Amino acid sequence: MKYVEEFRRHDLAQQLADAIGKAVDPDRQYNLMEFCGGHTHAIFRYGVQDLMPPNVKFVHGPGCPVCVLPIGRIDNAIQLVEQHDVILCTYGDMLRVPASGRKSLLRVKAAGGDIRMVYSTQDALAIARDNPGREVVFFAIGFETTTPPSAVAIRQAQAGGLGNFSVFCNHVLTPAAIQNILESPELRTMGSISIDGFFGPSHVSSIIGSRPYEFFAEEFQRPVVIAGFEPLDVMQSALMLVRQLNEGRHEVENEYTRVVTRAGNIKAQTLVAEVFELRRSFEWRGLGLVPYSALRIKDSFGGLDAERRFDMPAIAASDVKGCECPSILRGVKRPTDCKLFGTVCTPDNPMGSCMVSSEGACAAYWSYGRFRQSGTPDARESAA
Amino acid sequence: MSAVLKRFPVRLDIRRGSVDMTHGSGGRAMAQLIEELFVRHLDNELLRQSNDQAAFAVAAGRMVMSTDGHVVSPLFFPGGDIGSLAVHGTINDVAMSGARPLYLSAGFILEEGFPLADLERVVASMARAATAAGVPVVTGDTKVVEKGKGDGVFITTTGIGIVPPGVDISGDHARPGDAILVSGSMGDHGVTIMSSRENLQFETSIESDSAPLHELVADMVAAVPRIHCLRDPTRGGLATTLNELARQSGVGMVLREDAIPVKPAVTAACELLGLDPLYIANEGKLVCICARQDAQRVLEVMQMHPLGGQGAIIGEVVEDQHGFVQMETGFGGSRIVDWLAGEQLPRIC
Repeated sequence: MKYVEEFRRHDLAQQLADAIGKAVDPDRQYNLMEFCGGHTHAIFRYGVQDLMPPNVKFVHGPGCPVCVLPIGRIDNAIQLVEQHDVILCTYGDMLRVPASGRKSLLRVKAAGGDIRMVYSTQDALAIARDNPGREVVFFAIGFETTTPPSAVAIRQAQAGGLGNFSVFCNHVLTPAAIQNILESPELRTMGSISIDGFFGPSHVSSIIGSRPYEFFAEEFQRPVVIAGFEPLDVMQSALMLVRQLNEGRHEVENEYTRVVTRAGNIKAQTLVAEVFELRRSFEWRGLGLVPYSALRIKDSFGGLDAERRFDMPAIAASDVKGCECPSILRGVKRPTDCKLFGTVCTPDNPMGSCMVSSEGACAAYWSYGRFRQSGTPDARESAA
Repeated sequence: MSAVLKRFPVRLDIRRGSVDMTHGSGGRAMAQLIEELFVRHLDNELLRQSNDQAAFAVAAGRMVMSTDGHVVSPLFFPGGDIGSLAVHGTINDVAMSGARPLYLSAGFILEEGFPLADLERVVASMARAATAAGVPVVTGDTKVVEKGKGDGVFITTTGIGIVPPGVDISGDHARPGDAILVSGSMGDHGVTIMSSRENLQFETSIESDSAPLHELVADMVAAVPRIHCLRDPTRGGLATTLNELARQSGVGMVLREDAIPVKPAVTAACELLGLDPLYIANEGKLVCICARQDAQRVLEVMQMHPLGGQGAIIGEVVEDQHGFVQMETGFGGSRIVDWLAGEQLPRIC
């Protein structure tokens, strides 16, 4: 734990806060988007915003794996359980995400559906081996970080002749999504949001490296700083972004050098390329159809693709009426702009995906922004 | 024929046998299970009365009563098992009123096919825990459900206790200015259970903290009878317990993250699984709220007891109509420590 605690030290945080305070130009605003839910989580868990000057604002991006999955894909997964009687293996975060018809995987499980929470693809493979008479489907979601383990599982299942195992692939790609945000009309022409710079993903970049961000840093003239998920990483990266903006630079810088290289993890990339190929387009909640933004299983592993093995029609499902998750995911609206926020939509009864995961902007605001608006004095003030 | 007929000519095959439906049918098999397994281990004068109820005299004063169902999986884990847990859990619920626990009852729901050897292990462990705590199980019940309709064994225990004169402890007694204390490190039990589940293959040196807290409580109330609130932060962990107390008392709370004891191995496991130790269950810890001027005395008494050695003052009660539990983070910011929403699930990324 020693090497984690070092990235949460109060004295260093204070030094960085002072440095950022000195560096900012008081006459301008710094709107910095953290793409990743991991950063959103760290910002709220450690209270990083409290240490920032008032003109440095975090804008929460769409990088929460469960938040961006469109409802139709969850409906598909539910159909696998209800109509094809499969054992569905899923990461825990997915269980509570609302699907169509007031369903969720958790509710389907309660009604008797065989849904198992797993911690890794290896758990799903073990379940398939232990249940040779049942079809076992792994509900694969997530960005580039979770893709290599899915590739490993697919290769192992193929090599081991595990005929009852398949993968429902929903893996998505980060650079395509960031580019989509930068190309959105709100940002480019309407001016309803302004994003001055990006915190680049941490774990995702350990796989893909820092190179993929170079194109849009240049093309869209926005600085990107690859940042670790620890709170000191976030603060150091904020300082680097502030400096770039002050100096009119728009480069890709890497704060997370202890893990991320420019080229990334070549072995993982090769593995992913062997098993997956680009989809022409994929629907993201909030962003709509984004070209070449997701992966599908290649023909050579087609037998392990749940979408080919089962009849899985594309389902066009709409969000709950009034739910602002789509705009919140684009950074256009804040959770408190949503009429459902805190009234009918709470972490105990989530209407939209952003309220489900602790990486979702709404869940984070629920635990924090709600308090900020309440007029309750800050812990640090009342303790003083 | 002069030999006395044995009630059960063939002894219960505890080593190889398993629970079947006849053990819950009310007939001879059930009587034999009770006699040769339950009574043999849990034996005491009141249980030996063999009535459908236990009869005993009561002292004058305030009594408390509490009940708790235990459905833990796995049944056996480092530092305890469902049997000892069922004894400790209810003793602690009774003790959190400041009461001295007197008697327990135990209801067993057994699943058809459950090995009698495991059942004996559980009952023997209960008996040891009850004896060590000085709180006997004086009445009980056994039911059997069909295979697939239970998870081995479920145990419900009920306890009664007597509150010493002058002690008035309740969740709605927290007042602004009060100090908040815990008796030791947070999250040990929950992390032990998670690490022993078969689909989570990581090993830790952590053991469940399952323990009866009534003697610690007795020392605390003897030293400071006017303690305001006591509660054991079981399911939902410290965060949930403090939110309950804040709501009941209509106050807010401010915690200092640095002051909350968490073992490094628990922090590490939580880090790995994406969990927060403040939301993880404890089975041998308590939260105490008392007037600020009493806090140091309570802390001293706590730290003298083996179950309170790591006790600490972790924060204070403040005025707040919204009932927020806030925390100054070790990092230097602040955050809300909210109710647990749903189950605590691991994060993906």
